[in-house]
Amino acid sequence: MILVVDMSFKKDSLAFYEFVLPILSVIRKSQPFLVKHRSELSSKDIDGCERIVLSGTALKDNDFLGHVEDFGWITTCDKPVLGICAGMEVIGLVFGSSLQGCLEIGMKEIRLIKKNALFSSTFKAYELHSHSLQLSEEFDVLAKSENCVQAIKHKEKSIYGVLFHPEVRNREIIERLLVVSDE
Amino acid sequence: MRLGVLFSGGKDSTLALLKAMEKEEVVCLISIVSKNMESYMFHTPNISLTKLQATAIGLPLIQKSTEGRREEELEDLEAAIKEAKGRFKIDGVVTGAIESVYQAERIQRICHNLDLWCFNPLWKRNQQELLEEIVKSNFEVIISGIFAYPLDKSWLGKEIDEELIVKLVELEKQYGLSPSGEGGEIETTVLDAPMFRKRIEVVDFEVRAEENVGLFVINKARLMKK
Repeated sequence: MILVVDMSFKKDSLAFYEFVLPILSVIRKSQPFLVKHRSELSSKDIDGCERIVLSGTALKDNDFLGHVEDFGWITTCDKPVLGICAGMEVIGLVFGSSLQGCLEIGMKEIRLIKKNALFSSTFKAYELHSHSLQLSEEFDVLAKSENCVQAIKHKEKSIYGVLFHPEVRNREIIERLLVVSDE
Repeated sequence: MRLGVLFSGGKDSTLALLKAMEKEEVVCLISIVSKNMESYMFHTPNISLTKLQATAIGLPLIQKSTEGRREEELEDLEAAIKEAKGRFKIDGVVTGAIESVYQAERIQRICHNLDLWCFNPLWKRNQQELLEEIVKSNFEVIISGIFAYPLDKSWLGKEIDEELIVKLVELEKQYGLSPSGEGGEIETTVLDAPMFRKRIEVVDFEVRAEENVGLFVINKARLMKK
C-alpha cells in the first residue's frame, strides 16, 4: 500500500486535480494506494502503508508551512518516503533545515551531484516553487539546478525529496520510489 | 476563493470551469480574441461565440483582443487577467491546460506577477478519460476545427459521443493523433454543459475545408430553453 499525502491548503481542494491525481495515475498502474489530506493523517495510516509520497501544491499555497509540526513522524519513519516540492520542503524542515526564497517556474536542467536509486544522470524537469532549502547535515545533495538544491536524500534513511515535479515530467522517478529498498 | 476562468468556449476550458465551480466561487470568464488570422483560423474557431456561451452560463466575460504576436499575446493576457482582478476581485485563475508545460509556465508566471493563485484541474489527465468524462457529464460538444491528417471535412460539426471517441482513439493508435486534440489536431465548441442555464442552438454555419484543414464556422446562434 502506498500512502499519498495531499499537501494542499484544504481537503478536496481544486489543487488536488493538479498535484495529487497525476501522482496517482503513476502509482495505480502497479500498486494499491490510499490518499489522505495532511490534516487527516493518522498514525494508523502511516503504520499501515509500505511507502509514502508527499505531494506538491499550488505556487501560492504556503499553508503547509504553518503545519510542519504535524510531520514530526517523518523523523522516526523507517519506510521509503518521497517528498515532492512542498513535500521536500517539509522533509527538510522536520530535520532542522531552513527555507529561503528561490523562484523557479518551467523546465530547468537538473544536474546530478550524487548517483542514487531514483535517477542517474543530468536531465530537464518541471519546476514550480518559490522556496528552496538551506540543508541541515542530515542530508546528502543528489542534484542541483542553476539556482538551488533540487534533490536530497537522508543520510541514513530512504527518505528522498525532489523540488521539481516528477509527476509532470520524469514520472519514472516516482516509479523507482515504488521499488526502492528500505535502509 | 473568487476565481476567473480562462475560457475559449472549447471542451477543455469548459470542463475546467465546471470543476472550478464545484470547488470554489467562479466570478468571471476571461477570453482572448486574436486578430492574427492564422491564430484566429487555426487555434480559436468560434471564439466570438464565447459572449453567447457566457450569457448561457450566466457569468460576466472579460474579452480582450490581441494582435496575436507571441510575446504581445502574453502581455494582452496579463492585462485581461489584471482587469479581472480589478473588476471582479479574483483571487486566482483557472485554465484548461492538460499537457503543455509551455502554456502552463507562462500562465503561472503571469499569476505570480499579479499575486494570484493558478489552478489547472485537467493537468496531465488521460485524454481518452477526459473525452469520456465530457460525454458522461452531458456536455454537447461539436468538432469545430480539424488540423491534421487523416481528418477531413466529414468530422466538422460532429458531436463528440461514445462512438466518436472510439474513432478518435483508433486514430491515435494508427496515426499518433492526440484523441482530445491536445496537439492542436482538433478544436471544439461547447453548445451545452451542466452549468449552462440555456443551451446554444446553431442557426447558420458554414464549413470551410481544404484537405485535412478545416473549420466549422458558426455565423449565427441563439439561446434555447433547456
